[in-house]
Amino acid sequence: MGNAVDARAGAGPAPETTRAGAPWRDVLRRLARNRLAMLGLAIIVLFVALAVLAPWIAPHDPLRSSFGKRLQGPSSEHWLGNDELGRDMLSRLLYGARISLRIGLISVAIGIAVGVPLGAVSAYYGGWVDLVVQRVIDVMLAFPGILLAIVLVSALGVGLENVMIAVGVVSIPVYTRLVRGSAMAVKRKEFVEAARAAGASDVVIIAKHILPNCVAPVIVQSTLQVGSSILWAAGLGFLGLGAQPPEPEWGTILSRGRQYLLVAPHITTATGVAIMLVVLGFNLLGDGLRDALDPRLRD
Amino acid sequence: MSQYVLRRLALVLPVLLGVSIVVFAMVRMIPGDPARIMAGEAATQETVEMIRERLGLNKHPVVQYFIFLENLVRGDLGRSTMSRLPVLDEIKHTLPSTIQLAVAAMAIATLIGVTTGVLSAVKPNSWVDAVSMFIALVGVSMPVFWLGLMLMLLFSLHLGWFPTAGSGTWRHLVLPSITLGLSSAAIIARMTRSSMLEVLRQDYVRTARAKGVPERLVVLRHALRNALIPVVTVTGLQFGNLLGGAVLTETVFAWPGIGRLMVGAITARDYPVVQGSVLTVALGFILINLVVDVLYAYIDPTIRYD
Repeated sequence: MGNAVDARAGAGPAPETTRAGAPWRDVLRRLARNRLAMLGLAIIVLFVALAVLAPWIAPHDPLRSSFGKRLQGPSSEHWLGNDELGRDMLSRLLYGARISLRIGLISVAIGIAVGVPLGAVSAYYGGWVDLVVQRVIDVMLAFPGILLAIVLVSALGVGLENVMIAVGVVSIPVYTRLVRGSAMAVKRKEFVEAARAAGASDVVIIAKHILPNCVAPVIVQSTLQVGSSILWAAGLGFLGLGAQPPEPEWGTILSRGRQYLLVAPHITTATGVAIMLVVLGFNLLGDGLRDALDPRLRD
Repeated sequence: MSQYVLRRLALVLPVLLGVSIVVFAMVRMIPGDPARIMAGEAATQETVEMIRERLGLNKHPVVQYFIFLENLVRGDLGRSTMSRLPVLDEIKHTLPSTIQLAVAAMAIATLIGVTTGVLSAVKPNSWVDAVSMFIALVGVSMPVFWLGLMLMLLFSLHLGWFPTAGSGTWRHLVLPSITLGLSSAAIIARMTRSSMLEVLRQDYVRTARAKGVPERLVVLRHALRNALIPVVTVTGLQFGNLLGGAVLTETVFAWPGIGRLMVGAITARDYPVVQGSVLTVALGFILINLVVDVLYAYIDPTIRYD
């Protein structure tokens, strides 16, 4: 179960340690040379721009039904066709990007906000604190990620906010284990000893000396985690546990479109491609960041 | 080795206890009164109270937990509020289908993953490598249920090769197992590639080549056998994750497994079934991870700590 970081990120392990105070200019230079990572970044920038500009660029109201246009395929007026209520699919996908990106970012923020300090405290204090924290994490890791999210959303009640909370909670163990690993190595360093000898409090040592040295793996993991979170949230939406209609959430759109798979395949096809592209963007960038930050690959 | 296994087993017990607490607490947090749901909308308050008394729902939550735990140890998971059947029977009925699906998916994932990974590593930075690794990345970026829908659209609805839903014949198994297995195949391919690249740089591989061992044997006998050690771990962990992915795949293909049972129970607020199925999947996940850990220690003695 200790390999949760690799298993859940959906793409290779993040580096456990990086050189303290990594020269970020070098990292960015290496990243900029990685064409796939740049493609990932371009996809993310495109989707963020589309999401932000949705109210201005969406050709139609994403919630306005038009029964005369039910399940119509792509046309010059509706580039991606219409859904089961005649709503414009392109507009729904554009507004859906706002929801999915928000879910991805907020759930990752929840995972970081809880998981990172927990991992640092667990490593710094060791002893029974570490024991208790790690056993709790063990229990969380005893569930396949999506299953824990399903159970959490069922308990909290369906809806978008609860999906963000559930997906965020599910990612906590990943951050805790990751930061604990890095912090264990850092806490034995001389500069931490020096800070302690100089009378710095535990909070200051953790915040100023330990956490900054755990930033690199957390950045890599978070980039990959945004993609995973979007996938999990879409899965919850597909099961009817996420956003409720008429909200244009991608998983929910897929769940409704599934009933019209044969007569209106454009609904499921376009929505799935949108999800795949945005997740691919985060995975490409995450992979590139890991390579750029990996000391073994430095030239 | 046996000491290591015993130590790992000892670590599993507190986790199992923790899992039972989490599931018990969460299922009780689900909005709605189970006694009222069981009694039905038209039932009188007296009937609801009677059911509450019978289910022990009026007792203190801690007392309820210990009763639940005692029943759990005896293998009594309660009765479904919908079908009135024992939950254990429902699970016994559905679990084999999920295992069948997961095993088929794992076979597909391993076959595709290891083959692609080896082909990529043998010719690194070639177009074969670039294309297969890009496809692998696309594979992990796809929602599993969407892939299922697309396969269903093409192979069932348009070509009519496979049935859209249900179970019973091998033809029913093909699309769900490909759906479930492909994202794991992608992860296994990436792991195999990086592990092979690492091993192919080792001295003993160079020695084998210098001795004039044919390249095919160098790759298959000398490199792959050693490269497979981390791959076994990832594959094992993927098998556990497949149990989670099965929830979505089973819903898409109406596959009569435990995942579909669970989703149906959540929608119907059938608490005993939710509780039983979640516990079963978590137990399966824990056991698989345990087996992977032990297997890993067996294959690679350097990780044994004793």
